[in-house]
Amino acid sequence: MSVTMPPAGPEATPDAAPTRKKNRAGQAKENLTSPWATAAAIIIAMLWTIPTVALFMTALIPGDRYRTDAWWTVMADGDLTFSNFNHVLFEAFGDNSTAPPLLGNVMNSIVVTVPSVVFPLVLGLMAAYAFAWIPFKGSNFLFVMIFALQVVPLQLALIPLLKLLGPENLGVAGQFPGVWIAHTIFAMPLAVFLLHNFVSQIPSDILEAARVDGASHTQTFFKIIIPLSLPAVASLAIFQFLWVWNDLLVSAVFGGNKTYPLTYPISNLAGDYGQYAYLVPPAAFISMIIPLIVFFSLQRYFVRGLLAGSTKG
Amino acid sequence: MTSTEVPLSLSRGLPMAGLDGEFWSTQGSNVSLAAIAIVAFLVVVAAVMFGADLVRGVIRDKVQLMVLIAPVLLLLGIGLIWPALSTVWLSFNQVVQEPDPATGIYTSVTQFVGLENYRFAFTDSTTLRSVINTMVWMVLVPGLSTSIGLAYAVFIDRAKGEKVLKSLVFMPMAISFVGASVIWGSIMYDYNQVGSQTGMLNALITKMGFPAFNFLNEAPWNTLFLILILVWIQTGFAMVIISAAIKGVPVEMNEAASLDGANAWQRFWSITVPSIRATLVVVLTTITIASLKVYDIVRTVTQGRNQTDIVANKMYVLSFVEGRESLGAALAVILFVFVIPIVIYNVRSLNKVKETR
Repeated sequence: MSVTMPPAGPEATPDAAPTRKKNRAGQAKENLTSPWATAAAIIIAMLWTIPTVALFMTALIPGDRYRTDAWWTVMADGDLTFSNFNHVLFEAFGDNSTAPPLLGNVMNSIVVTVPSVVFPLVLGLMAAYAFAWIPFKGSNFLFVMIFALQVVPLQLALIPLLKLLGPENLGVAGQFPGVWIAHTIFAMPLAVFLLHNFVSQIPSDILEAARVDGASHTQTFFKIIIPLSLPAVASLAIFQFLWVWNDLLVSAVFGGNKTYPLTYPISNLAGDYGQYAYLVPPAAFISMIIPLIVFFSLQRYFVRGLLAGSTKG
Repeated sequence: MTSTEVPLSLSRGLPMAGLDGEFWSTQGSNVSLAAIAIVAFLVVVAAVMFGADLVRGVIRDKVQLMVLIAPVLLLLGIGLIWPALSTVWLSFNQVVQEPDPATGIYTSVTQFVGLENYRFAFTDSTTLRSVINTMVWMVLVPGLSTSIGLAYAVFIDRAKGEKVLKSLVFMPMAISFVGASVIWGSIMYDYNQVGSQTGMLNALITKMGFPAFNFLNEAPWNTLFLILILVWIQTGFAMVIISAAIKGVPVEMNEAASLDGANAWQRFWSITVPSIRATLVVVLTTITIASLKVYDIVRTVTQGRNQTDIVANKMYVLSFVEGRESLGAALAVILFVFVIPIVIYNVRSLNKVKETR
């Protein structure tokens, strides 16, 4: 890979090119495969899997046994129950008087996430096309600038941006549009960079042919760029989906009581070890279900996006 | 005064809602708001683009170029660059309440105070602690994630079931920092003062006959255990990228080396590592940046108690809980200063790549 790897080409996935892999496997001698390496790999794999399983098991402990018994004890007694999920989703999360059912936060997560994925993808693709294929004065400077913004900690923008979106100016902070705008802004540098990497790989013959036929930038964008960059758009969509769904900071700062996604109440309740602590594991598990489904079903696209985004050096 | 034990749970939640009709009408209007927003956005974008297509003559290309790049430039200019500059300015100021000389009414006045906020950050013991901890995160998270990811990628390379083995370690990438914090903070690291240990690690330790350990209490080790949560998440990222790079190393090089009598360890250090050096640098820098920004873990697990605070969390608490924005701004700038070397390095290598294209 290193710098020569094609950023988002279809061969960029680690599982791609199966035939080549088979040949290599046949020819190559054993790599580092010693008993020690195998043992280490197994230990790592276990350490990376068991905690998530433990979360699920802990989520099944009834509230009255949570403080005193571990899940394996409760399991041995046959006392594990799914009722916690019911409780947090539909009845109440935590103290009845202050926390509503988590279902509202599940819905908020969806309402926050979907537009926050669509907006930056569309705007990013438009800019990526311009930076990749339309020569103009300052293009290189602007692109490098956007690229550099990728690593600027978003903390640096939070306070003034909150004031800009706040009641004295745009008045959308604390509401969904405020969260969407913030997420769109923070996603822009990565979106432009990643899509640019992909769009610039489109063979120039295709674009030149369109130009010769008299196609304008708008026509080229709709007829060539959008259809050909769908794989990259898919990768980025997964990336952005996971990022927004799992985000806490942007939602905590720009959101409000009506918009808080799942991460927010979970983070709050995880901090106090009161009598409702037993509701935290089921809530956390619920928050992971959708990302895990997306992840396992679309892993290939996700990996492709990661590889494309990481060929910076 | 700078207590980090902020009762975050006070700000939690709505008034009791329940799944009544009002709940469902709220959800319905939220969902339709999102749907309308998406449709309206797409319609406006398409309308503007096709509108620009109706322009005739020499300016058409220019107009269309503007339509393509203006949204991103405006969003970044107004939403990121201007706020960043204004945060830097704010960090040299302080907001104080002073009586208006004419009316005598107290109003907020912004005063230039030079480096006062930075002096505070580096002398106040809890804030200084958060700066030091952030540096520890910055070094340990990339180092550990990359080494473990590299080791694992090499161990499972061309092994049976490589794909599944990869997915297992990669999976935490899909889990939120908050979720991972619950997994480790409430389940793996849990410590009971009395009774049997219900935390997985303490149960294991006591089973082996050692005394239980209060993972999240004992400084400085608690910071290390928090760091391991992020390592757990980032290792999969490192592993996948490194694994792809390893597959790109020509097999012939390894074969030639083993014919020359090099053992696996020698081949690893003299062929694999040098061949994927560029990738390792990318992985290290990416994870370094990530480890600076993450505040979710500290906020969820310890809220910065027991000397575990980091700049990102402290910045949030100062700015948005305690309302001491100029101090928060100074901390944000300190975070930025930490990444400046990486920004410069990345821009340089991007320019190199552009030149070779």
